Amino acid sequence: MAKTNQQKVKDFLINNGVIIVMFILVIYTGLTSNNFFTSNNLMNILMNMSSRLVIALGIAGCVITAGCDLSAGRMIGLGACISGVLLQRIDYSGKFFPDMEPLNVVVVALIAMAICAAFGTVTGFFIAYLSVPPFIATLAMMEIVYGLGLIFTGATPLGGYVKEYTNVANGKFLGINYLIWIAIIVAIVTWFIFNMTRHGKYMYAIGGNPQAAEVAGVPVKTTLILIYMKAAAMYGLAGFMLGAKAGGASVQTGYGYEMEAIAACTIGGVSVTGGRGKVSSAIIGVAVFELLKVALQYLGVDANAQYVAIGIVIFIAISLDIRKYIAKK
Amino acid sequence: MAEYKLELKGICKSFPGVKALDNVQLSLRPGTVHALMGENGAGKSTLMKCLFGIYKMDAGEIYLDGQKIEVNNPDEAMKHGIAMVHQELQPVPARSVAENLYLGRFPTKNIGPIKLIDHKTMYAETEKWLKEVKMDFDPKAQLGTLSVGQMQSVEIAKAVSQQAKVVIFDEPTSSLSDNEVEALFRIMNDLRDKGVTMVYISHKMDEIKRIADDITVMRDGTYVGTWPAAELSTDQIIAKMVGRELTNVYPERDSKPGEVVMEVKNLSSIHSNSFQDVSFTLRKGEILGFGGLVGAQRTELMEGIFGIRGVASGEVYMHGKKVKIKRPIDAMNAGIGLITEDRRGNGIFGCLSIKDNVGVSIYNKYLKAKIILDHKKINSIVDESIKKLSIKTPSMNEHIANLSGGNQQKVIISRWLANDPDVLIMDEPTRGIDVGAKHEIYEIMNELASQGKAIIMISSEMSELLGMADRICVMCNGKLTGEIDQPEEMTQARVMSFATKF
Repeated sequence: MAKTNQQKVKDFLINNGVIIVMFILVIYTGLTSNNFFTSNNLMNILMNMSSRLVIALGIAGCVITAGCDLSAGRMIGLGACISGVLLQRIDYSGKFFPDMEPLNVVVVALIAMAICAAFGTVTGFFIAYLSVPPFIATLAMMEIVYGLGLIFTGATPLGGYVKEYTNVANGKFLGINYLIWIAIIVAIVTWFIFNMTRHGKYMYAIGGNPQAAEVAGVPVKTTLILIYMKAAAMYGLAGFMLGAKAGGASVQTGYGYEMEAIAACTIGGVSVTGGRGKVSSAIIGVAVFELLKVALQYLGVDANAQYVAIGIVIFIAISLDIRKYIAKK
Repeated sequence: MAEYKLELKGICKSFPGVKALDNVQLSLRPGTVHALMGENGAGKSTLMKCLFGIYKMDAGEIYLDGQKIEVNNPDEAMKHGIAMVHQELQPVPARSVAENLYLGRFPTKNIGPIKLIDHKTMYAETEKWLKEVKMDFDPKAQLGTLSVGQMQSVEIAKAVSQQAKVVIFDEPTSSLSDNEVEALFRIMNDLRDKGVTMVYISHKMDEIKRIADDITVMRDGTYVGTWPAAELSTDQIIAKMVGRELTNVYPERDSKPGEVVMEVKNLSSIHSNSFQDVSFTLRKGEILGFGGLVGAQRTELMEGIFGIRGVASGEVYMHGKKVKIKRPIDAMNAGIGLITEDRRGNGIFGCLSIKDNVGVSIYNKYLKAKIILDHKKINSIVDESIKKLSIKTPSMNEHIANLSGGNQQKVIISRWLANDPDVLIMDEPTRGIDVGAKHEIYEIMNELASQGKAIIMISSEMSELLGMADRICVMCNGKLTGEIDQPEEMTQARVMSFATKF
């Protein structure tokens, strides 16, 4: 079908509407406030984006299979607490394990990921083998993880981290914070999984048409379990990252981030009906979200009103996104 | 009183590419059961849907009691006293019997300015109407807890409660047990005594002989004739249903079936009303046709072999070795491929590219270092099959949803060929495909057979079955009722007689 140039322009504007509006908003903010386009501010935004991106990339896998993951926020809290208790200074008065030497940071990150992954595997098992809808299964896991986190920490906030841990956020390599490097590596690995492995292809197939996937010999159940396991590991990592950035953590760390991550994914073009979505979708979605927050801040919009603005952006973004697919029928 | 309760005259209806009804007529005498007969796709259901206002007919007139009427939607049909008991029931299983009966027309009462549903009246009335059809169960029972037969009586009670004067039964007995059929016939006889006129669509000859007063036969969307039921024998009815010349659209092929590739022994479903005790063999290089009426459980049998549906007992042998198939992947590893009947439902991945649609079943075969997909190799396989099956597409990255039905089917065939199976099961391979593409699919099938692949083809199109198959197995009601292997015996009448051997 040949399309006129006018139509093409119109399609482009509609298909990328939110991103274009975002750009305009960012440029406007930059021009009206004098310290928006500074390397310091840019680095700040990227730091904020980094853990959000890791969460969004985890949740993207679930959303692509037409699922979701409500347990993400609480898993982040658990990951942050596990990292916290293992990385407190030996001389810190409120130390959780008073006599334990702090472990190596990399080892701690892996421990946090592994523990969260174990919980994710359980969620995946219920979804894949017992056909519990993802919404409900992850809701149940959200409660369990939160409860266990409270019992484990006694609901007290953690602090007094070793320098190596806070350095994960503050330290730099090639002028870029480690936190951002972690996000970049996670994005590359996720891209690789989505595009270069059969697991990724199976994920898209299950999201596109689970019945057809079954008939085509796709191991639907194991793939689903892997997706929820992998996602949970990423929440654990995000918890580790957030703890490093804040220099402290509690079970409340990451609360509500799952909703923002799902919203970011959909804004970027991950379809909640399944089968569609890329790593770039999650990056765009998270970028839009964070830039919007910062820009509104710079423009002096009331902090409470920012929530309203974010809600409106979600409404518009998703309506435009859905429109692309409806038009194709 | 008019001679006919209801008359349809000159009904025409076209769907894109198909003339489904061509100048069809139907005349119902008051207070009779009128059987409407014909093969699958003869246009029976389409005609009834036109009468009921589900489809809008292109031309034709409807007369009720000699008066011309307009029916634009089911609501209008019901206002004229026409009701339909659907082939596939469309109830709301999670709600009560009464709510289903009164769906869309709940009795209401006014409390001040607020309109509320009058539950008391609804339950009382439902009980009354259920008694009317000799059924005795709780109106508050959840519909989903009832048997199919009971649900059907709820549908009939609904028709009766609407004071219907004409009731259409579209294959009501296809999923009923014998007892339930008896109960249905009692209700129908009862309604007839009360002067209700009924249209009865069924393939079951013995039922027709028992219940029908008149018979109208349709074939390929045209009207063949109407006769009093008593005047026609079963054989005569079959002859009238199938009596047409076959057009020679099927490419010629020399078939030289080789050794036995697959053997199925006494395969039975876990459901007693599905396939039972089915045995057959399949040879290299042959096309084995599976004939039967809709509901004969052919699809279920094939999905059972492929590991999609549960199998209670029986064995499958490939090349003389017994294979255990629990899941589709087991069947694939054993060298079996399945192109399903419902292309949209469990065939294509609509939102994925042609490449991914073909590649999905081979992604675990082409890996570098056991992890990384060998995209180069996969691309060349996909590219080759696009060329080989002449799939019309700008590129392999095109979304499959943008292709025509015929090309989508070729993509699915490519998917299985990429897996190189010995046995390819094709369930209604040309359904919903235009004539030109059909011919291409037939040529692909012949090509595959001559390369030594064994093909099982389920087809409800009689001419396709006779034109393509080297041998035909016929199923009826879950059982294999006949096998035809002599070319001279492959006639429509013979297939139909096996297909109706209930």
